[in-house]
Amino acid sequence: MRFVDEFRDAELGRAVAGEILSLVEPGRHYKVMEVCGGHTHSIYKYGIDDLLPANVELVHGPGCPVCVIPMGRVDDGIALAHVEGVIFTCFGDMMRVPGANGSLLEAKAAGADVRMVYSPLDALRIAKQNPDREVVFFAIGFETTAPSTALTLKRARAEGVKNFSCMCSHVTIVPPLRALLESPDLRLDGFIGPGHVSTVVGARPFEFIPADYGKPVAIAGFEPLDILQAIAMVLRQLAEGRCEVENQYKRVVPYEGNLRALEVMAEVFELRPHFEWRGLGFISHSGLKLSAAYADLDAELRFEVPGVRVADPKACQCGEVLKGVIKPWECKVFGTACTPERPIGTCMVSSEGACAAYYNYGRFAREREVV
Amino acid sequence: MADQAVISEREQKILGIIETARGKRAKFRDSQITMAHGAGGKATQTLIEGLFVPVLGGATLAELADAGSISVDGAQLAFTTDSYVVKPLRFPGGSIGELAVNGTVNDLAVAGARPLALTLSLVLEEGLAADDLRAEVEAIAAAARVAEVQIVAGDTKVVERGHADGMYICTSGIGQRDARASLSPAALEPGDRILLSGSIGEHGTAIMLARGEFELEAPIVSDTRSLWPAVDALLAAVGPHVRCMRDATRGGVASVLNELARASSVAMIVREAAIPVAPAVAGAAEILGIDPMYVANEGKMVVFVAAEAADEALQALRSVDGCENAAEIGEVRTEPPGMVLVETSFGGRRVMDQLVGDPLPRIC
Repeated sequence: MRFVDEFRDAELGRAVAGEILSLVEPGRHYKVMEVCGGHTHSIYKYGIDDLLPANVELVHGPGCPVCVIPMGRVDDGIALAHVEGVIFTCFGDMMRVPGANGSLLEAKAAGADVRMVYSPLDALRIAKQNPDREVVFFAIGFETTAPSTALTLKRARAEGVKNFSCMCSHVTIVPPLRALLESPDLRLDGFIGPGHVSTVVGARPFEFIPADYGKPVAIAGFEPLDILQAIAMVLRQLAEGRCEVENQYKRVVPYEGNLRALEVMAEVFELRPHFEWRGLGFISHSGLKLSAAYADLDAELRFEVPGVRVADPKACQCGEVLKGVIKPWECKVFGTACTPERPIGTCMVSSEGACAAYYNYGRFAREREVV
Repeated sequence: MADQAVISEREQKILGIIETARGKRAKFRDSQITMAHGAGGKATQTLIEGLFVPVLGGATLAELADAGSISVDGAQLAFTTDSYVVKPLRFPGGSIGELAVNGTVNDLAVAGARPLALTLSLVLEEGLAADDLRAEVEAIAAAARVAEVQIVAGDTKVVERGHADGMYICTSGIGQRDARASLSPAALEPGDRILLSGSIGEHGTAIMLARGEFELEAPIVSDTRSLWPAVDALLAAVGPHVRCMRDATRGGVASVLNELARASSVAMIVREAAIPVAPAVAGAAEILGIDPMYVANEGKMVVFVAAEAADEALQALRSVDGCENAAEIGEVRTEPPGMVLVETSFGGRRVMDQLVGDPLPRIC
């Protein structure tokens, strides 16, 4: 595929890997967090870990929008899906995430009308095709997907679609990063900034990371070469004693972000006072809900939502894993009470979470280190 | 680094626990059936190994081959069955009727058996247009002629409107084991080569696009066809060297490799760059967020062959219609047992795991 193949070129990859090797100080261990779940996916897909020296460790961050949804909200969604006459729509990978009482996939099997959509506009189309049914869209994701939800709600309003509403679980990227950075036991040397989110919010919102916390950031695209380059950028900053926000993904990310998208979001959403994150607990101003002007399209107001609150199990140490304080296998419940089949914490929910990855591939990774 | 070279006691213990959990026979504990149980991944495996095999019993069933073996007065027969519930009934490159013949024929073919005869069960929905039924019966007849099998018995049921998506078809097939073949999925040996009979992901992608749920059009047609000619050519060329064949239907090539790696307790290494994927399929998969290795095929098989016969086997395959793009994609190794590794085209390695459920697209 043109325009993509260049960023997957093995030879260029080896060149950047060589550069990375030249930037690391022998004997020093580096921990770099890739914030975004999309990066984690690319890292696995292309085996990027393999191209790094053993003392450069990638820590998977809190940026998987599916895994951070707390169990209680999944249960709320399932309750809505079971309401008579409701068609419940959501993105595909949300369907598998377990709440306290099963997943949306299981709710579907039990008779709820749950449908996968690729875009909120698909949900709106389903609403128009089924005027006698109530169609609810379970909106999740960071600033990446929030503008498309906002535009869909604007269109629903403009077209007078009355049977469409949105259960808004959008989250914002900066507050959880700040929460991570605030923790005194943080063991991270730098960050790979989230590329997709940055196409909307720009590079500016990440300036606080070097300014307030002294950690370098490189915003990266999602092809393997992008990620390797961003790792090299972070390591070069560390080597040269610099600390700033660099933008590896300039071909898509403007410094100021996408002003139109930000405007639409400001019109349709407002910040929740606080929002619960699976594994990280309540974080102030980290979630979005529909603004007063769009309250009539808010599924949580239109229907009776139980407002389930399921506390993260006490034994779960996802927070520490995310901060890089402990390794997955050091968690008290890892591999015993918490497994990919029956996950407790966010890091085990998605196959790309740090714990699920270690559970599935840890033995293999060990063999690689010994080689 | 020194602290990494030594595995701590705690980590060793955890790895041990994981290993034990992996080795245990799957238990079927789910409270209800979900779509994941039909997707060909872990949930399907749990259903088969945790319910069907232990309750139904029998050594032949426990082999979990595409077709079971029976011996009648010295004649070695293979026997199999399959149901077809595809939606839409007609799709670019084929239809449910054609699929119902080829799918069952292929289960026999990859078991090293020449397909002889099929039975045909139809479950029809009230209100199905007679012309649609006629078209499918004709498609069945045509596919059977090409595959040189007879339809020797049948059954018809009609269910109320709203069930059965127009029609469901079930076919059972019987074939005669070919004396040139000596197949055993548990006999894979380190060094064996992995061949793929052609480019992958076409059937599943064609169906996804034909459902019209995505505003996406691409010139992709189903690859449904009988694999017997390919098996025949392969057995003629290198018969005794073929260890095992599988048609890579539901769950795709990745699922076949994982199943066999587990069954033989071997590792497999696959070179991503060697896997033939048509550009249109690669593009559609990229947009839909799906890996072609997990997408269904209806006319492609994975062949394991002794290293010394690999080139000859490849030549034989490529001489057959529909297998022109056959390729050697990897080999069998010892470590780590039960796992399939991919050498990515970017130069890294990763584990190609079993599917947990349906391949669901990621949002980011």
